Parts: sequence; structure tokens; C-alpha cells
Amino acid sequence: MSAPIHFQPATGFADRSRAAVNDAHLRRSFRGAMDFLQAKRLAQFPDPGELAALRDLGEAVRRYALANLPKLLEQLESKLTANGIEVHWAETPDEANAIVLAIARRHEAKRMVKGKSMVSEEVGLNHAMEAAGIEALETDMGEYIVQLAGEAPSHIIMPAIHKTRQQIAELFAAKVPGVDYNDNVDALIRIGRDVLRKKFAAAEIGLSGVNFAVAETGTLFLVENEGNGRMCTTVPRVHIAITGIEKVVAKLEHVPLLNELLPRSATGQAVETYQNFISGPRKQDELDGPDEVHLVLLDNGRTQAYGDVQLRTTLQCIRCGACMNHCPVYARIGGHAYGTTYPGPIGAIISPHLLGLGATHALATASTLCGACSEVCPVRIPIPDILVRLRNEAQAGNASALRGSGTARKPLLSAIWRGWALTYGHPTLYRIVSWLISRGSALAPSNQGAWTRSRTPLKPARRRLRDLLAARDSGK
Amino acid sequence: MNARERILARLRQAPAGAPAPLPDVDAWYAAAAAEDLAARVERFKANIEAAHAEVHETDEADWPALLFDLAAQKSLRTVLVGNGTPQAATLRSQPQQALKLVGYDRPAAAWRAELFERIDAALTTAKSAIAATGSLILWPDPCEPRLMSLVPPVHFVLLDAAMIHANLHAAMAAENWAAGMPTNALVISGPSKTADIQQTLAYGAHGPRELIVLLCRRTGVTS
Repeated sequence: MSAPIHFQPATGFADRSRAAVNDAHLRRSFRGAMDFLQAKRLAQFPDPGELAALRDLGEAVRRYALANLPKLLEQLESKLTANGIEVHWAETPDEANAIVLAIARRHEAKRMVKGKSMVSEEVGLNHAMEAAGIEALETDMGEYIVQLAGEAPSHIIMPAIHKTRQQIAELFAAKVPGVDYNDNVDALIRIGRDVLRKKFAAAEIGLSGVNFAVAETGTLFLVENEGNGRMCTTVPRVHIAITGIEKVVAKLEHVPLLNELLPRSATGQAVETYQNFISGPRKQDELDGPDEVHLVLLDNGRTQAYGDVQLRTTLQCIRCGACMNHCPVYARIGGHAYGTTYPGPIGAIISPHLLGLGATHALATASTLCGACSEVCPVRIPIPDILVRLRNEAQAGNASALRGSGTARKPLLSAIWRGWALTYGHPTLYRIVSWLISRGSALAPSNQGAWTRSRTPLKPARRRLRDLLAARDSGK
Repeated sequence: MNARERILARLRQAPAGAPAPLPDVDAWYAAAAAEDLAARVERFKANIEAAHAEVHETDEADWPALLFDLAAQKSLRTVLVGNGTPQAATLRSQPQQALKLVGYDRPAAAWRAELFERIDAALTTAKSAIAATGSLILWPDPCEPRLMSLVPPVHFVLLDAAMIHANLHAAMAAENWAAGMPTNALVISGPSKTADIQQTLAYGAHGPRELIVLLCRRTGVTS
């Protein structure tokens, strides 16, 4: 029943951005949603002192986890195994899909219900399952809507943020058998609930993401509001959780601390409806819950980010989406323009590790470096610094350890910047060049490419500041 | 080398960053102003009601009558009760005809269709609760399985008012969670909801549409 998702290539970012800013409908949807989310987050943190202290602690918890990552992953694995949860490791999306598929085949599964998992989007799990003849059905209301429309999520927390209720009503009327057009939100949710309840009861496999994996106790922590995550992790015979290797935390008590920040930063709610701690499959005397629980730990470029002390901070992310909610670029172009699983500021800094800089270097340029993202980041990721670093990596003359470094380098452009650096490093040269440019002001072209499409041409001043000062000092 | 070994090897090869000491989470929570039980009860009520749950104050003797009343008001016909729990026994001992009590006495797989389609409500106990976020803590077990608090459209929860902690961290510490986690531990902060359509809040997305707390004051415990 579900159409395959049409993945956008990460290249072509500029064209898609241009189309998005000219789409009045999309602009209204995102502006409204971003204003709403910003106001709600702000209301959750009335005390700046408390917020600052919480962010310090959140950052410290994540930094501690990353500093001890290999040790904690081994501890997590041994605790989960002792609890009866099977742990799998995948270096690539293909490996992750193959692991899930092998489990599905062993159970002769045909139907999979999915709780919200961005990592499953990252590996293209739905595609891989459909290709193998397994229905992979999204059950988060927003994800269900975008899957029904054959689209990808446009926001990591609110996947259908780009759609109006009228569009969703039309979609349901067209795609859900026996449903007429009704744009009442309660009625629409009721339709989704009824369709998906039957699916939960019938599926052999439930797939979910993980918000945090606790090394101390071997516990998978998942949050949600709808209850579909609990359905996916409780009703089917098999539960498969998939997550990135960075999602581990050392101690159980780190979970409530991080969860002071996660829902408030994400959707501006004090707490999620459901906090779900899973520490094993169904025990012998228990009457429900899955017989098997699996955890797939995915690398997919995360070890590349880890290999560099500055870029490692990218992995502190708890996927709240606050950076995109506050990004002036994201608010104007929306999530689809990025063409990557993770859009917005976090997408710009994580995607180069997942997909290589070759396909993703343009994302880091879509920022004014205003710093709103790092100001709201609950774990204090220095996003603007990383954006600048990635811009430099993309232009680097000597290939670095980063996949695709130097791929954006253009000989003319880098020659110009080298000349710029030389000029600014030598006062005499600077004096000569600035004299020449100011006296040649009349030669400035009126057509300056992208700049003059919506702005007046740049023209050097006919008299430099030093000329003006000299004139003033000599009393003229 | 397999994927696991290669991933771990790459992580181990990475340069060490700045020192990252274990943060003192306890100190942060300890610094918060202490609150007595009465204040915690009030804060719990205010917060969970703000999240669209109903709270009814009752006591050890009167809660069954209250449950039957509420069920009648809401036109509920069947209530799922625990398997061999004292609460189920208490309910069964009450003289009443209107409400059918169904025990969760078989594996879910054996009666999934009935569980999903023909049960109006469920009654579970809460292990404890949280004042800061207005949350209920449930540790499902063989007597009160996981789906009781998820599948029926109405969820009644019996909560001992003396069991309300300041926050989740305090509950975890007081109940020593880290020493042994159950298969599934739940923190529930209202009825199921979604705002996925145009940020409009709707209740009863996939779980219960209504969450009804029967806040039980123990005789002799005044707050």
C-alpha cells in the first residue's frame, strides 16, 4: 500500500532551495511551525540560569559518553546480551538492512510496523524491505502521512510539518479505502488510528529507533507521544531496534537528565507522554512483549566524525531538532531542499560523514553563521565552528581524512582567495591594490551574477578610508 | 576482523580529546528545593491534569465505587483487570452488574483480536509517580502486562498518593532502578496524543484516549 519514498540526491541543493523559497505555501507552513516551536521551547525554559546549568550537564553527559565510547559500547553489548537482547554491528546501510532482513527471513515475516526512527530513514530500510517483499509500514502519524504521500520526512521530529490538514484530508480520501474527505484533525487521527491498529495486531516484526542506550543496565530508552512506539516494541513477536553507535550513555541516571532537555528543546513540551525503558524480551511468565529483541548498532561514517576531536562534538547530538527550528535558512527552505535524511544545521554537519563531502559540501554554505543553532543546542554543539571547518575541508588543497575533502575546490576561486590572503598579509601590497581598486571603481561591472539578481551592484568606494582620513587630517 | 571489531578499532585509534569527567547529576538534583509530600501531590495533580488526564481523589475503601461510577458515566461496558491482583479481587467482590470485568489471564497472542477490539478500559496500579512532570511510573509484570496501559481506549490507574517522588531521578534513586531493570519500565504522562497534523493537538493517537488517575490516600497517611 505504501509508495516507495523518493530520495533526493544531496546534490542540487541550490536548485531545490530556490524552488522552496518561491513556494509560498511551503514558506507559510514552515514559518508558522517554526514560530510555534520557538515560542513553545522558550516558554519551557523561563529561567536562563537553570537552562545554562542543564545545558552544561547535558553536554558533560554526552562528552563523557563519547570520551569512553568504545568501552561503553562493549559494556552495552555485554549488558544487553545478558538481558537477552541480541546485538548486531553494521558498518554501512547495506549491512544494517541485511541484518534486519536476515531476522525477518528467519521469522518468515511479511509485515513490519515501524516506530519513528531516523536511522532507519538514513539506511533506506523501507526500500530494502519493500524490495524483499516485506511491507514496512510507518506508524507515527506524521511518518504514516508522508509515507502514504510517497515522500520523505521534512523535519526529524515533525515529519509532516510541510503539509496542511486539507492536503492530508485529500491524501486520506485518495489513498485510504472507504474514507471520504474530512479535514477535521480529530477525524483524521481517528482514521490513522483505525488503519494502524489492525496493522499492529498483524505484524510479525516491530522496528524502532532508540533515543538513548544505557550501558550501565543494558536498557533501550525510547520516547514518544502517540503510543505507536510502544505498540511496535510490544505487540509483534520480534522487536528490532536500530541506532547509531553514538547514542550510548554511561549511566541510567543520565537518561532523566538528558530528558529534561530533549522534549523541552524539541517540541516545547515538559515531558513526552511515554518514556519507554526496554531491558529485555518477554520473560517466560510474562503474557505480552516480543519473544526476541535485537539492537542494530550502525556506524555509517560516525567513526569518521569520531576520529577528529573537533568534529566528534557532532556526535553529542540528541536529535531534538531545536537547531533546525531556530535556523533562518531551514525556516525558509524546509527540510526537503537539503536532500539528506537529517536537514538543517545538524544535517549540514552530520551528513558529510554519512555521505561524503562530495555530495554534501553545499549544505555547510547554507548558513549566515548567525549562531542561533548553537545558542539553542541543549548539548552545546559548536555548530557554526564546524560549518566553517567543513567549508574549509571542502576547499582543502591537500586531501584530509574526511571523505570527499577538497571536492569543492575550484582553481580560480582558490587562486583569488590566495591573492586575498597575500594582500591582507602585506601592508604595502594592500596599499597598492586598494589604491588601484578604488581608482578603478568606475570599471565595476553592473552585472555581478547571483549578487545582482536581487541587489544593486557592488562598487568600490572612490576614496578609501585612509584617503578620507588623510584628507581630514590635512584640514581639507 | 568483523564489523564490530573494525568499528571498535577505529574508535580506539581516534585521538583522545579534552578530559571529560563524569558529571555529577546527583548534585544538580540535590540542589533543588526539597518539597514535602503534600506539595508533591499537588504538583503531580496540577501537571498531569494539564496534560489532559483526570485525577479523582479517593481512598482504599472507596475507589471501587468511584471506578464503577466513572465507568457508568463514560458508558464503559468492559474493564480489563490484572491477573490475580488484589485490586482485581476487590473489584470482583463488589456487588454490581453493569461492568464486565475481564482478566488478563492468557498470553496476548491468544486473544489479540478481542483485546484490541472489545475491551473498553483497563485498570492497572502505578508503582509510583513524579511531581515535576505529572507522570505515572508503571512496571508491568505477569499480573499486569504491558498492553493493559496501551491498548484499551480508557486507562484507569490506581496510585498510592504516598508514592509520589519529586522527579524521575529521585524515583530511580529511591527505588534503586539501576540494580535491576524490569523487561519494560514505563513513565506515562497523560493520554496518548499527537500534534503531527498542523501542530493541532489530538488525543487517543494510538494508545488510550483517556487517562484517569484514582489517587488513593492511605488511611493514616495524611498529607
